[in-house]
Amino acid sequence: MDLFIQLTLTGLTSGAILALAALGFVLIYKSSDVINFAQGEFLLIGAYVTYAMVGQLGLHWTIGMALTVAVSVGLGVLVERLVLRPMIGEPIISVIMVTIGLSSLLKAIASMIWGNTPQAFPPFIPSTPVKILGATIGQDRLWAIVVAFVLLGAFTFFFRRSREGIAMRAVADDQQASLSMGISVKKIFAWAWSIAAATAAIGGALVANIVGVGPELSHFGLRVFPVVILGGLDSIPGAIIGGLIIGLLEQYTGGYLGNGLNQVLPFVALIVILMIRPTGLFGQERIERV
Amino acid sequence: MISGIFHTTYEQDMALRTSHAQKIRLAILILLLLAFPFFANRYALTLANQIGIAVIGAIGLNILVGYTGQISLGQGGFMAIGAYTAGILSARMGIPWWASTLIACFATAGIGALFGIPSLRLKGLYLAIATLAAQEIILWVVTHWKVVTGGVDALVVPNPELFGLRMNNDFNFYWLVWALVIIVTLATVNLFRSHYGRAFTAIRDQDIAASVMGVDLFKYKLLAFAISSFLVGLAGALTAHYRSIVTWERFTIDVSVLYLAMIIIGGLGRVTGSYLGAIFMTLLPVVLSNLGRALKGVFPVFEALVPFIQQAAFGLVIILFLVFEPEGLNKIWKNIKDYFRLWPFSY
Repeated sequence: MDLFIQLTLTGLTSGAILALAALGFVLIYKSSDVINFAQGEFLLIGAYVTYAMVGQLGLHWTIGMALTVAVSVGLGVLVERLVLRPMIGEPIISVIMVTIGLSSLLKAIASMIWGNTPQAFPPFIPSTPVKILGATIGQDRLWAIVVAFVLLGAFTFFFRRSREGIAMRAVADDQQASLSMGISVKKIFAWAWSIAAATAAIGGALVANIVGVGPELSHFGLRVFPVVILGGLDSIPGAIIGGLIIGLLEQYTGGYLGNGLNQVLPFVALIVILMIRPTGLFGQERIERV
Repeated sequence: MISGIFHTTYEQDMALRTSHAQKIRLAILILLLLAFPFFANRYALTLANQIGIAVIGAIGLNILVGYTGQISLGQGGFMAIGAYTAGILSARMGIPWWASTLIACFATAGIGALFGIPSLRLKGLYLAIATLAAQEIILWVVTHWKVVTGGVDALVVPNPELFGLRMNNDFNFYWLVWALVIIVTLATVNLFRSHYGRAFTAIRDQDIAASVMGVDLFKYKLLAFAISSFLVGLAGALTAHYRSIVTWERFTIDVSVLYLAMIIIGGLGRVTGSYLGAIFMTLLPVVLSNLGRALKGVFPVFEALVPFIQQAAFGLVIILFLVFEPEGLNKIWKNIKDYFRLWPFSY
């Protein structure tokens, strides 16, 4: 029973981190129909920039985080403007490949600046263990859940209430109709990419706080795929729920079955979901069937 | 000056090469291929063999992605199946290399068709994600099924032997690889002149229209996956026999991406494009590391950064090609040809 609670807690927290990585991914897909293979690298860059601000420059973590988010927003806009905009109207394979190329480029730039070896992260969230129902869990891990749900709330509010959020949903629904209603689709894409980069940066800083900062953080880019397919590619609550479920699945299989099964089971689940219900739990039913 | 190609006999219509320029270019190319190993040093031969294997793999992927329009991120996994099947059969059971290679091709074709089943329901990026999962699953099985694959340990494969000649050096292997490259090229070019190939391109251009015209989507999509995987398995099996050592690191998702980059930079849906892309992507890191060594005196930092510069260049090249020349090197080559064909009145 203790093991179960422990695994559940760890699963929920690592699921929350996965959800954070998936949020930006879903956001980009929702507004521009682009699958972003560079999401893991956004996370990586976010973690490294936080590391540079807090660890190397010695800024207070609030200022460091704010600057990191600003840098990420800039990166998002830059990427959208230089790389993604010429891809409008190109076939899917080109769009997929351009984000893959981007991921390789960003990873290389990060390694050039910060080297290839993992660094210890200056902890700005204490990792002192907390006891919950007999299980112990690092405090920083619990914060991941809090941040994930705060962001979920913020995004839900943003998409329901704010002008830009509604415009974003309109663009996701029909680009031409939005253009004729006076919405700048270009601006919306830039918004989506910068918000995605910013959430990834926050996620990156949280993960780095838990496991340290190194190039392998970019693996999150692949791990979000089961999450977003389970939750539905265009659903923000889906990203959170999917993240938590996949996080739990990984921990339970790791804890009870072992043998590295936790690495592969999410992908098996992915294929099963794609075969049964490609829209996932909360995705919109608009997939083209063959 | 040629103003068009006009066929007056069936022989002309069936020929692969029609104009004189094409025939001369082909003859020069074949002569160069035949003469190359006698003049090249060992390093150049190694590169030529790597390129040959890459060409086979790229043609295989191009059949699926470029011609049939089914995006696959599972190339690395399928190559692993070919390499491990061939390696295990030759190393543990002593089956001759040609038989193990053939079995590996068919095994990969079967598993490729199996993972192609989702393509019947999924299109575009959903299929890309499904094949990505296939890649992860295959590689996981390879690293965890220790009894058969040896897990993360390297698998040692004996050198192949042909007509009593051991293929343990690059010179001998060159003939084997490039003979296979030519067979694969001829087979692929002819495949797309048959009704199978035309069905594949019809599926790529408009699958619903293709099915209305009587193309059985189930049959032809699985066939495309099988044929493509057959060649990818061949590339994998050749890698195993050529390196005499099989490790899982050679078949990660990076390999899938590398091959996709090859066919995109070379030109989707073109056999020539597979050649150009394979050559370009194999030589790019080599050129960069040589440049690093050459510039050691001027910028000492440069050499230490070479691995990262290679990675950055890889990403940058993909992005630049997609933004500025989405049709790839094949289109550039065509533009050059057109320029000289109309020279000096090239407007």
